[in-house]
Amino acid sequence: MEQVKSFYETPSPAGLTGIKAWLLTHDHKRLALMYLWAVFFWLVLAVFLGMALRLELMFIGETIMGPEVYNSFFTLHGVIMIFLFVIPAIPAIFGNFFLPIQIGADDVFFPRLNLFSWYLYMIGGLVAVISLFTGDGFADTGWTFYVPFSVSTETNVSLTVTAAFILGMSSLLTGLNFVTTIHRMRGKGMGWLQIPLFTWSLYATAWVQILATPVISITLVLVVIERFLNIGLFDPARGGDPLLYQHLFWMYSHPAVYIMILPAMGIISEIIPVFSRKAIFGYKGIIISSMAIAVAGSLVWAHHMYTSGMSDVSVFVFSLLTFLVAIPTAVKVFSWISTMYKGSILMTPPLLMALIFIYLFSVGGLTGLVLGAAGTDIHVHDTTFVVAHFHFVMFGGTGFAFFAGLHYWWPKMFGLMYNFKRAYISAVLAAIGFIFHYIPMFILGLQGMPRRYFDYLPQFETGNFLAGFGGILMVAGILLMFINLWVSFRVRETATADPWGGTTLEWSVPSPPPLHNFVNEPEVLEYPYDFSGVLARAAKDKG
Amino acid sequence: METAIDKTGVKIGMWIFLYSEIILFGGLFVLYAVYFHTFPEDFAEGGKELNRIFGTANTLVLLISSFTVAASITAVQRRKKGQAIGFLIFSLLCGLAFLVNKYFEWGAKFHHDLYPNSDLLLDSEPGFNIFFGLYYTITGLHGLHVIIGMVLLSISLGLVIRDKVTDQRYAMLENSGLYWHLVDLIWIYVFPLFYLVL
Repeated sequence: MEQVKSFYETPSPAGLTGIKAWLLTHDHKRLALMYLWAVFFWLVLAVFLGMALRLELMFIGETIMGPEVYNSFFTLHGVIMIFLFVIPAIPAIFGNFFLPIQIGADDVFFPRLNLFSWYLYMIGGLVAVISLFTGDGFADTGWTFYVPFSVSTETNVSLTVTAAFILGMSSLLTGLNFVTTIHRMRGKGMGWLQIPLFTWSLYATAWVQILATPVISITLVLVVIERFLNIGLFDPARGGDPLLYQHLFWMYSHPAVYIMILPAMGIISEIIPVFSRKAIFGYKGIIISSMAIAVAGSLVWAHHMYTSGMSDVSVFVFSLLTFLVAIPTAVKVFSWISTMYKGSILMTPPLLMALIFIYLFSVGGLTGLVLGAAGTDIHVHDTTFVVAHFHFVMFGGTGFAFFAGLHYWWPKMFGLMYNFKRAYISAVLAAIGFIFHYIPMFILGLQGMPRRYFDYLPQFETGNFLAGFGGILMVAGILLMFINLWVSFRVRETATADPWGGTTLEWSVPSPPPLHNFVNEPEVLEYPYDFSGVLARAAKDKG
Repeated sequence: METAIDKTGVKIGMWIFLYSEIILFGGLFVLYAVYFHTFPEDFAEGGKELNRIFGTANTLVLLISSFTVAASITAVQRRKKGQAIGFLIFSLLCGLAFLVNKYFEWGAKFHHDLYPNSDLLLDSEPGFNIFFGLYYTITGLHGLHVIIGMVLLSISLGLVIRDKVTDQRYAMLENSGLYWHLVDLIWIYVFPLFYLVL
């Protein structure tokens, strides 16, 4: 491929040099990388908070922190992980970087709005930090801010909630930008059925972001209003109904879990066909299932509230709808597996991480059905079983998909290749640690250990010790992974434009891409996962 | 980079944003629906406290301003700058009139000891308290949107004066106008719910 300047090397216009070239940029690629570093920061911080929680729980009684600190820590861990990592990570980093390239566009539709979203993200994070050090300490409510406690507690809930509100705005505007981009900026020949699956998953996600985020915004506004004016909208003594808060909260926050998982599924749908050298099984099926998850996922919020005192009819209806979500999800999992069947598998770190995703995500999904069934849920509600379930989905799922995407697109984003051996070791270490960490929590939950408790009965000590031990392994694995990626900046082993043999448009441009993404008019394949060209090239190289 | 502005795309973005605003208020309307169902008598009681004249006046003010905002866009399209400026200033005055009216309306309520956490509301029926809680939350948030809309219209006005908004390029004015219509639209639902049906 001819030599072209990458977007790093293209000189910035006068007045926009140095740090300004980043802080005032409208380029989606630079913004993606700015998100990347910010997200890294929050992820590492929240991982260490989580680790501190598990270290505290490793032994009975007070180990390294007191109960108040513990409450603030798990709230902080939840708020950071949800609002600053899982929700924004994949859309804001990989979505910003690759969505325009995958559809043959030179940027997103509203580049300035994109920059604004980044600032909202940073301000939201900053407000969260400020709330740590002002007032009476960080919120101790858990990330769900349930009333009446969130209204009556002395801690700094208002500021924490404001942070979540601003971060919600950021996520909403990103979604708005993506929908408009996909509708209006597709390149020549890029019909709806030529769009790669990652972009499709972002499309589904963006709609959920647009439809659901305003509900959390108003809910959080109401919490702040209640704290300042004490109206009593959720106070039963004054006519309010606390259950309504939970409805409003989950009306966003359940769809939000699909904001978290859909882009992850998109990454896996990209990686599996590339390393199987085979067209994805059920391209349309995966698209339809993405949209079906977006729709059905918006109708299941009250399955968080089986024990809150809803009517039996609601419990029944929401339980049924919850089971329905499992169908499109299973369609995806089976499609990925069918893609690999009789493919010519090329093992690489991204594929290994994608496989770990499928395994961990399936465990998380199936235990989700245990929780979705009203009867069993009553037994395990608010126990560590729930904690283990959503960590399997959110971390084993989205987290590992994030790692997979990072390793898949790293050579494209930076033009550098990392060390494979260390990547394998770190992924396996993290996965083993993960299993040791969360499987005991399933068992503890079934035995009745409640979540969010600072201390526990003696019979739970073995399980908690094992979980803490697994946590240490897992954190070690993640750190090794990040160090390995960091080392690639030192070693500087350059990557080719298409190190994996991909078919989507980002692999047709140099690594890292030039400022306007494409050197020549992009050639859109009739079918986005047609590997005949890749295979022919490979055969020619062999001779 | 962008050679021609894709006006349709800009509009899609704006409409999606407006939709999200409607959902924002939707959450409050859900609360209204549930509490109205729970406390129909108290709500009727509370509704009697509200002044229909104030409400109707505000509705008229907003409807007229919506018309003048639309008229200013047409004026810009017809390159009648003076007219456009006049219409926009009139719309802004309508917005101001709405807020002043609201100020007096709220002031009268405060005078009658009807405000969040007041002794009267603390001692009254729970439904009555909820009604006024919702009244202040919804009209307050709507008032905030009126202010945001006025800021947007003022920016557009400045752009019209400085010839940055022309018959070729008026997306900013049009989108501010759409936002203003949204403020109007929400009021069209708030007005009957609080002033008429009870």
